[in-house]
Amino acid sequence: MDTDALRELSFTGSKDQLCFITCGSVDDGKSTLIGRLLHDSRGIYEDQLQALARDSVKHGTTGDAIDFALLVDGLEAEREQGITIDVAYRFFTTPRRSFMVADTPGHERYTRNMATGASNAQLAVILIDASKGVLVQTRRHSYICALLGIRHVVVALNKMDLVDYRKQVFDRIVADYVRFASNLGFTSIAAVPISARCGDNIINRSRNTDWFQGPCLLDYLESIDIQSETAGLSFRFPVQWVNRPNLDFRGYAGTVVSGSIAVGDEIVVPASGRNSRVKQIVTYDGELVRAEAGDAVTITLTDEIDIGRGDVIAKPTERPQVADQFAAHVIWMDQEVMVPGRSYGFRIGTQSFASGRITAMKYRIDVSTGAHVAARSLRLNEIGFCKIATVLPVTFDAYEANRRTGSFIVIDRDTNRTVGAGMIAFPLRRAAKACQPLSLGKKERAALKHQGPCIIWFTGLSGAGKSTIANVVDQKLFAMSYHTMLLDSDNLRHGLNRDLGFTESDRIENIRRAGEVAKLMVDSGLLVICSFISPYKAERDMVRDLVGDGEFIEVFVDTPIGECVRRDPKGLYAKAKSGMIKNFIGIDAPYEAPSAPEIHLTTLNQQPERLADTVLNCLATRGIIVPTNRTEN
Amino acid sequence: MNAQEITKPQTRTLPRHLRRLEAESIEIMREVVADFRKPVMLYSSGKDSSVMLHLAQKAFYPAKVPFPLLHVDTTWKFREMISFRDETAQRLGIDLIVHVNPDGIERGINPIESGSTLHTQIMKTDALKRALDVHGFDAAFGGARRDEEKSRAKERIFSFRSHGHVWDPRNQRPELWNLFNTRSLKGETMRVFAISNWTELDVWEYVMLENIPVVPLYFAKMRWVVHRNGALIMVDDERLPLSPNETPELKMMRFRTLGCYPLSGAIESDAATIKDIVAEMQVATRSERQGRLIDTDESASMEKKKREGYF
Repeated sequence: MDTDALRELSFTGSKDQLCFITCGSVDDGKSTLIGRLLHDSRGIYEDQLQALARDSVKHGTTGDAIDFALLVDGLEAEREQGITIDVAYRFFTTPRRSFMVADTPGHERYTRNMATGASNAQLAVILIDASKGVLVQTRRHSYICALLGIRHVVVALNKMDLVDYRKQVFDRIVADYVRFASNLGFTSIAAVPISARCGDNIINRSRNTDWFQGPCLLDYLESIDIQSETAGLSFRFPVQWVNRPNLDFRGYAGTVVSGSIAVGDEIVVPASGRNSRVKQIVTYDGELVRAEAGDAVTITLTDEIDIGRGDVIAKPTERPQVADQFAAHVIWMDQEVMVPGRSYGFRIGTQSFASGRITAMKYRIDVSTGAHVAARSLRLNEIGFCKIATVLPVTFDAYEANRRTGSFIVIDRDTNRTVGAGMIAFPLRRAAKACQPLSLGKKERAALKHQGPCIIWFTGLSGAGKSTIANVVDQKLFAMSYHTMLLDSDNLRHGLNRDLGFTESDRIENIRRAGEVAKLMVDSGLLVICSFISPYKAERDMVRDLVGDGEFIEVFVDTPIGECVRRDPKGLYAKAKSGMIKNFIGIDAPYEAPSAPEIHLTTLNQQPERLADTVLNCLATRGIIVPTNRTEN
Repeated sequence: MNAQEITKPQTRTLPRHLRRLEAESIEIMREVVADFRKPVMLYSSGKDSSVMLHLAQKAFYPAKVPFPLLHVDTTWKFREMISFRDETAQRLGIDLIVHVNPDGIERGINPIESGSTLHTQIMKTDALKRALDVHGFDAAFGGARRDEEKSRAKERIFSFRSHGHVWDPRNQRPELWNLFNTRSLKGETMRVFAISNWTELDVWEYVMLENIPVVPLYFAKMRWVVHRNGALIMVDDERLPLSPNETPELKMMRFRTLGCYPLSGAIESDAATIKDIVAEMQVATRSERQGRLIDTDESASMEKKKREGYF
């Protein structure tokens, strides 16, 4: 093909798009390759080229020549540092196909960005420097590509000009690569000897490699069959939005992510187990008889069944999994380390914000060797295999079977940052049917006691005065004939939580158990007074979520650290300062103060009696207790 | 509504890549409507806006488009854009909010004496932020595309903005698969670029195949223009001051991109139909935004504007 042919853009009616990722080590010529593909396929306009030439003088690293890297490294911060921070998406079109290329960084520390680019790619162009051969980074990127489900790989053996276009070099490195990659599960591995700088075998076949019989890179990218990838998958239709323009129309809007569906087909909603049939497939351009993978449509059913956003519509013969526990690969994407036990938000399909926890780390993966390494947590850019438990059952497939219904992202519940990405391997336990229904509820039990059940949660530094105030509150409530229970961290650690230490993940588990016990007591109708340092906001919120609205009263006992150290009732600060206790909150571990507690108590120059009254007043205002002396009733 | 009423003749034979882009944009729009409290669509009446609006009609059909349109009017838009804008909103029965920055008007900000940078800052960026705040919109669709400019090539589809609508390229959320993190705290907002992955050519092919009405300024016609700073500036009204050496001349020309008229350069062209435009684009050697004076007023200009809240 010549470059003139590229200029003839016309609709053929069948042009599809190939999304591919370029990866490989730093300085292996990725940007040059993309620059050349864009340039030679007319993806760069003259004025952009002029700007590029100006920028090359200012920021370039290629002397007088145009630095194609600057075409893709568009952000100022990237130019300042001469690195690629983020994925850039570029487009180019040839008469046969349109392309979206995700240019991803080569540095190891940007593994998460490489994974981001790979998540939507169907093919990876892995660049290898012919003068260097297969490197650690080649293996790392190949491994991640395989994990993310890319099944087609093209090895672009670059810088062939530096090795005199020798066939032996090409054959040796390709053999090396194939040997390494043979157990990664790729469907196809192709190899092309190229020189991105000189333009060999990229768009035009090179005279320098007469020994090479295969297609040049662009020919290969234009002709590889990627459509078959989604063919044959089961029908999946995650419901995005319920379309109800009037009382007579109820349609389920979404995109068919795999398989196909026709009017009259029987369907099932696996989460509820309800069945129906497809009545219409509605689109703005008219009704369809059949919808296939990739179609954004609105489906109506013959029966009025309860379906909402997050439900998945499937066929009864090929159901997805429904479970509240599963095993998955997780790529950690945040500076803050992943903490097993902490409550995170999970987004799976259109199930926007399932709340759940990573309950256990099985192992971390060394992506340069594929080896499984023992680990308890994940840091930025690390990949691990974990068990995950969600509060409510979710509908999914194994990622290997379906990339769209087997993937998820992990969201920090405080900051809403996307902190992780995952690929589900298998369910750990089928979702149990609904909890055992209890004939007597919290309401009835509390009514018998004439009180509104709740958790009164004291949080604050060690020595702040939590337990002292909590005790007074307890005594006063008892004196008023209210039914209470006091849970104190120290007491729980003698029994229920005897196995837990003071690491971050143990502290989280400590609060989780205390929260669950408190919740059971609320269910029994009690006023549960809890006194825990509970340093992390996420865990306090987790307990808050366990009970109903208004049933969690957060009491922040706010005492300056200096005062706590002065009081030091248990002598703990002294020990922490001498290094005898590690991870002591306020000394070498952080305390996250509540931002909007129901009650904020400052203890300096205050009597516990008065502070306890503040708490009681608040309970009365909220209708939890009636501030009359019940002993007289 | 019954089955007969929603049956329409099936006329479209979109090429596969446009079908895929269309479906992707529809999916994005539905996510926003499902997950946000109060979305809005930024509407400039340009070709990208027209395509977005068409896609929105498809996404929510048979329901009406469930959000209003917001036009940040700098008062220096082409007259034809304004009339097209009003006709479109009326024709489709969609609420249109027009916001003009009153402070800017009071201060007499304009693209000629104030300069393009200040004008854009006050009348577009500040005005947009203010309009979003006043109405409490938590998500705003924008028609920006990744092929337009290099800082936009790195832009997310769901572009997170912290308090004050600030864009920090280092603080954007990774986007994997089609799983968008739509969560935000009070005061934080999202710009959503539903046609991120479309190219200029995709837009025109789609306009052609779907018969989408666009502003006539995109089609070649004899228009009065002056040469200024290497660009062809149309004399759209009497407000454009002419320097002594400038004499308006009639030229066959059209626009590839539309903004404030004194800041949008035209191109000489004979392309009078969409077919002509598509054909012209296939041999074009200059980029779409080369006529946009605001892109080049300083290096990394778009990135800077975006950091400050420009869409």
